[in-house]
Amino acid sequence: MRAPTPTRATFSERLWKAWDSDVAYSFRHSPVAILATLVALILLLSAVLAPWIAPQNAFDAASLNLMEGFTKPGEASPITGKVFWLGTDSQGRDVFSAILYGSRISLLVGFASVIFSVAIGVSLGLLAGYTGGRTDALIMRVADIQLSFPAILIALLVFGVARGLIAPQYHEQAAVAVLIVAIGLSNWASYARTVRGSTLVEKNKDYVMSARVMGRSPLAIMGRHVLPNVTGPVLVIATINLALAIIAESTLSFLGVGVPPTQASLGTLIRIGQQFLFSGEWWILFYPALDLVLLALSINLLGDWLRDALNPKLR
Amino acid sequence: MIAYILRSLAQAVMVMLAVALLAFSMFRFVGDPVANMVGQEASVKEREELAERLGLNKPFPIQFANYVTDMARGEFGMSYRQGRPVADLLRERAPATIELAFLSSLFALVFGIALGVYAAINRRGILANLAMSISLIGVSLPTFLIGIGMIYLFAVELRWLPSFGRGDVVRLGWWSTGLLTESGRKSLIMPVLTLGLFQMTLIMRLVRAEMLEALRTDYVKFARARGIPERAISFRHALRNTMIPVVTIAGLQFGAVIAFAIVTETVFQWPGLGALFIQAVQYVDIPVMAAYLMFVAFVFVVVNLAVDLIYFAVDPRLRGTTVAAK
Repeated sequence: MRAPTPTRATFSERLWKAWDSDVAYSFRHSPVAILATLVALILLLSAVLAPWIAPQNAFDAASLNLMEGFTKPGEASPITGKVFWLGTDSQGRDVFSAILYGSRISLLVGFASVIFSVAIGVSLGLLAGYTGGRTDALIMRVADIQLSFPAILIALLVFGVARGLIAPQYHEQAAVAVLIVAIGLSNWASYARTVRGSTLVEKNKDYVMSARVMGRSPLAIMGRHVLPNVTGPVLVIATINLALAIIAESTLSFLGVGVPPTQASLGTLIRIGQQFLFSGEWWILFYPALDLVLLALSINLLGDWLRDALNPKLR
Repeated sequence: MIAYILRSLAQAVMVMLAVALLAFSMFRFVGDPVANMVGQEASVKEREELAERLGLNKPFPIQFANYVTDMARGEFGMSYRQGRPVADLLRERAPATIELAFLSSLFALVFGIALGVYAAINRRGILANLAMSISLIGVSLPTFLIGIGMIYLFAVELRWLPSFGRGDVVRLGWWSTGLLTESGRKSLIMPVLTLGLFQMTLIMRLVRAEMLEALRTDYVKFARARGIPERAISFRHALRNTMIPVVTIAGLQFGAVIAFAIVTETVFQWPGLGALFIQAVQYVDIPVMAAYLMFVAFVFVVVNLAVDLIYFAVDPRLRGTTVAAK
């Protein structure tokens, strides 16, 4: 006779379980976490919905009116009489729209590079921890080297090498992808270290033994059995690294080696705005910078909260 | 102790060789070095001659050995973009970066340790808490925004300090320094603060945490019981024992200082190695990138060696154990 299959929880039951969990409790009782989530969500949504909520398509030259250049924030343009909340830049581009479109690129590069480094870091960490021996020593040595060199330097080197390998006419199209790879490759080691550590603990447990006795392949054991049990800390590192990746992207774009001005990210906008700082047009730089700082800070605070909430020792 | 130093030296050489291999692979396999040097309209014969002269027809290990010996003699090849020897470019640019990085680290160490000690002794003081909160903000702000903020405040609004460049520099042989003129010193202030701020907050937090730990130990209690003045306890007993982690972190951070100098130099248009490297990345000037990579690795290795040696100076126990081990 077969054992009765456990009935699946209905959606509302699962929702209640999630609401009732420890993590949700700690979330409801942390004003900082709620505020940070709110800010991050607003920034994220406004970036995703940019084409629908932005007053103008910021990077379509046809929608810009040169006559409206350098309009001060909140004031009507002296020539056309249009009001721009956050002002306009030298070409009459609405700073608010530019920020919405710019944070799209920043967030895209941030999320994609974190996913990329999680994929590399987690698989290398699993491999190192599960197989051990020489593979382990080699992978961890490379990870040590990555961790001892500053991430920004590695990202710049990867970027330069990638540019050398890609034909010049494709540089602009490939810029975002190259940026994702460069930032992703400079951040995988922390995941690899953590996952390797937890894998070393997990691999001697009985369920892994039994899977091995049942003749499952090492790949299946790593992927189906060990992996689900080592992902907890990865989420925390990924959240904090998301803020770091967004800052790294804006730094590279600020240095002029990131995305081209036709796909301006927040860093590019800050780079452009810096030129106008001396002539008194502070808003072209200030609002993108504010958006970047709020984004990085709220994600950082969220990461800090998550780390404490998932750490059973602090409960 | 000599065995220990020799072992550290051997490790340093291994690291340098590994980085050299990376640099050489970049030079050899990213783009075609011959095409980059002679240009489009060179004949096949000219290309072959250059490939012969560069030794590109020889087996890989021999090419690599030649590359390493050239580097050891201070020859880094020609810059693709500027058509000048990379060694000359490095020599021109290095003083600006080294001066900047050195002063930033000094600033970070002096103020970091002082504020850290202060925050640990007056744990509940208002000033100490203020310093801790400001340091939190300092950690989460991107470096380039701090630099821009300073430019706006001190150069645009207050007009106290120059916003870019090194000011007037004095040449001492091949070295150039901004420390001997007033405009040079003024130009240094903002870049040094921008670059040093992050390290300072890091060191401050570390010193505070370590001091709090040390002030709880038995030897501090015992020193108090002996009636030693509080000031002497803090500095002679507690602070001395926090120095090992501080030296380690400060040493490791020196590499980060060099790397973040790239950002600071761009913000302040500082004519240093970082700015050179950024240009090289933009124009795929591989020899310059490779040389910069070697420079950073060299700094790392030297600093690590220095940290190892400083351990002996700060921690008498280490000297004891090596003698005992023999």
